[in-house]
Amino acid sequence: MTTRDRIAEPWGVRTPYASGATWPSRTDLFLGEGLTEEQVDAWVQSASVLHSNGDAMDIAVKGGRIVGVRGRAGDRVNHGRLDPKDLFAWQANGSGDRLTRPLVRRDGQLVETDWDTAMDLIVRRTRDLVAERGPGSLGFYTTGQLFLEEYYTLATLVRGGLSCNHLDGNTRLCTATSGEALKQTFGADGQPGSYADVDHADTIALYGHNVAETQTVLWMRMLDRLDGPNPPRLLVVDPRQTPVAARATVHLRPLPGTNVALLNALLQQVIAHDWVDHDFVEQRTVGFEALAKTVAGYTPDVAEQICGVPAADIQAAARLLGEAKRLLSTVLQGVYQSNQATLAGMQVNNLNLLRGMLGRPGCGILQMNGQPTAQNTRETGANGDLPAFRNWANDEHVADLARVWNVEPTKIPHATPPTHTMQIFRYAEQGSIRFLWVSGTNPAVSMPELGRIRSILGQERLFLVVQDLFLTETAAMADVVLPAATWGEKTGAFTNADRTVHLSEKAVEPPGEAKPDLDIFLDYARRLDLRDKDGGPLIHWHDAESGFEAWKACSAGRPCDYSGLSYDMLRGPSGIPWPVNAEHPHGTERLYTDGISFAAPDLCESYGKDPVTGAPREPAEYAAANPDGKAQLLGAEFVPPHEVPSEDHPYVLTTGRTLFHFHTRTKTARAPQLRKAAREVWVEMSAADAAREELLEGDLLEVASPRAAVQARLRISGIRDGVIFLPFHYGYWDDPEHAPRAANELTLTDWDPLSKQPMFKTAAASVRLLSRDGQPSAAPTNTASAPVDPRSKAVATVGGDEAQVTEVLA
Amino acid sequence: MTAPGIRLVLREVHEGEQDLEKQLHAVADRHRTDHEVRHVAIDLARWSLLNRQALAPFAGRYGDELGRDQHPAVPSGVLSAVRERSAELVGRRSAPGLLLLRDLRELYLLASGNSVLWTMLGQAAQTVKDKDLLGVVTECHDRTMRQAVWCNATIKVLSPQLLTSL
Repeated sequence: MTTRDRIAEPWGVRTPYASGATWPSRTDLFLGEGLTEEQVDAWVQSASVLHSNGDAMDIAVKGGRIVGVRGRAGDRVNHGRLDPKDLFAWQANGSGDRLTRPLVRRDGQLVETDWDTAMDLIVRRTRDLVAERGPGSLGFYTTGQLFLEEYYTLATLVRGGLSCNHLDGNTRLCTATSGEALKQTFGADGQPGSYADVDHADTIALYGHNVAETQTVLWMRMLDRLDGPNPPRLLVVDPRQTPVAARATVHLRPLPGTNVALLNALLQQVIAHDWVDHDFVEQRTVGFEALAKTVAGYTPDVAEQICGVPAADIQAAARLLGEAKRLLSTVLQGVYQSNQATLAGMQVNNLNLLRGMLGRPGCGILQMNGQPTAQNTRETGANGDLPAFRNWANDEHVADLARVWNVEPTKIPHATPPTHTMQIFRYAEQGSIRFLWVSGTNPAVSMPELGRIRSILGQERLFLVVQDLFLTETAAMADVVLPAATWGEKTGAFTNADRTVHLSEKAVEPPGEAKPDLDIFLDYARRLDLRDKDGGPLIHWHDAESGFEAWKACSAGRPCDYSGLSYDMLRGPSGIPWPVNAEHPHGTERLYTDGISFAAPDLCESYGKDPVTGAPREPAEYAAANPDGKAQLLGAEFVPPHEVPSEDHPYVLTTGRTLFHFHTRTKTARAPQLRKAAREVWVEMSAADAAREELLEGDLLEVASPRAAVQARLRISGIRDGVIFLPFHYGYWDDPEHAPRAANELTLTDWDPLSKQPMFKTAAASVRLLSRDGQPSAAPTNTASAPVDPRSKAVATVGGDEAQVTEVLA
Repeated sequence: MTAPGIRLVLREVHEGEQDLEKQLHAVADRHRTDHEVRHVAIDLARWSLLNRQALAPFAGRYGDELGRDQHPAVPSGVLSAVRERSAELVGRRSAPGLLLLRDLRELYLLASGNSVLWTMLGQAAQTVKDKDLLGVVTECHDRTMRQAVWCNATIKVLSPQLLTSL
């Protein structure tokens, strides 16, 4: 047992292991107030809600308050480890500025009221609008941070009760492309791989995935392989010098927005060298000839011209992939939030398919998620899909959902795909949506082009409801604010990026009158008196466990089959990956071990889309192209980003996160250790660019795009020349007078036509020196924002006494 | 080769692509607050330019001068700026929603008209055994059909809201 400053050393101590061996467990423990394990009253089972990794933990309770957390050593995901956000951010629950009563706007001011008054106002506005303008005048924008039962309740009440098509999650900003790329390739959503593939892989390729900061515990697993016997080789595609890139065998730094050209070149090389598993391709895929033709022109030399990556490096990367025996590929926001997002994600799938690297230990694809419960937003239909991966364009799927809900199929809107977030905001801008209910997210900081978003949310004609823990930047603009309970204060299940389902139990009471999101949605449905076709209540469940049972019935027989799960099973030693059913009573480690299960025309979730225009394909077209339901090798040409550097804005601006914060910092900035670790926004630039602009570490810069400007201190980091980086976490709630600093003031309104995910990685920008006082920037020094010059005056990131975490090795 | 019919269709499809390209740019300007329409329309305009450029080598072969204008048919600066500015001003109103549907229908009809011309040209190319031309027609026709499919699909997605909730 040792203690360690886990702000200074975020990944903790190494426990090296060999290929094929079991990852040793290490139990991470942090208790506040100098408490010891023996002094804790109760340990309550849960998992992390601050990233998508799904780290299992127990919540420590003393005197009715949360006092700490401890990793669960028996869990398949984290083997006891916790990430710094898991370790410290629980403190936000006890923050003194939690919302404790509903608020309504009177004479321009938000004032406290009771639940009846607030809900009555919401219900009356709903009814009036539906009567006057139809259900198309309502919009619901939820999150990737609630629990499964809450999303399913919301999806049922909106789609099956209100007949409204305008429901989506902020998962649109983080994980929409992941789902879309899987649908395009495999016919249905569903993570093919498993985190356990890290234990077996001899090659791990990470595309736009700074796993060291986004899923730090998954990186601990990779680090332990890297430090063990026969370590895997890494291919890293990232314009920044991330901690992952530092361990790469080959590191490619493409110009942001050019992923498709790079991936086409990798595919071209794999085909040209005949590193293709022809038997696998023959048995499991369709479309090889067409793909080979599409990528034939993308030689390494051509890609070098487009991506700014040396052709020799592309060849070396292709050789790494081509000679891999067990290839694990992972993808995240560097692909999902960039130009041609879905098409690029599909090309990563194609690389694994051509190499026959699927459905075996170490051979997998992890199209990652951003947020902790984004997976459930996708599964339950609280995003732009129907529940349980049903196909909106397949009348039989809609009829089947109508059977589950006991409503007429016409009650469920399906003339068009469910409306995505960007279009919901467009309809609100244009005035056809007059009611917007935002739950658990903060679009006034997280959406692109904030000036536009504020002007939409601020419209007099838009009735804005916000349900949150704190008075966020978005809540401050609302007509009604509902105080919500959070993690640790309510019970529910959620699922991580490798399909592992965990149960999170209530440990303490929520503050004041704050209520679980589930209770708020149930109350809304009750007040609206939503009925099924026989006059019974549409929503026949009343708490989390009965909601889970309802979801099990909805998911039965679909790819995300929960029918064999129960709360009791989830109270066992480890989370369980779906599908869990009669055939797989203990869950399923990896999908597609014996062929592609849900790509047949009558089973698939999507008939696919045009890879460039995004136009949905017709059912007959899909059936003709893929009659036997195989994986689809689809490709297309590179199309340049819509905003490229110019004389006025010579840099490519890319945005992203840091290890120490989550989303818009509503929780993480209320934990002192995390707040201190990255207390202020910064901007990153390469040493060569800084030298040319005559700029120094810590200079206060104005960073401008064609839309707006923000201010940030400079960190000279290992980022690619010509590219600048801003973290997107920093808004204004903790400093309303602050000069503009939110990265999304600058980003542009443009999205991938397939996944509808906005682009946060390609905007044109300029920099200008505002002032110089010799102080360094506040950027962390032990992450991708590390100073490139070791003599830099940057102050080392440490947590000190208050960040000491106990690590117990097995 | 003297095949006046081929010459005629070549010229027509060349003009049709130029027309579609111009209209795609005009729609992109007029509906700049409908961001997906704007961005995809500009990408699709490039396809029409590619189609026009692909035809150029055949002009001489069939006795015409298509090669005169192979430049992008981008809208003139002043007019475009006026359209963009007015698009921003009316972006908050609902009437442009109906205008958008009308514009998309026009684009669909233009693309469909071009598609018929590509069919005719392809049939002719097959008959005179001009493999080069047939290859180009096949590639171009595919792009044209995808333009039409996108117009139709976008109309399908937007119609329920724009026709019932404005």
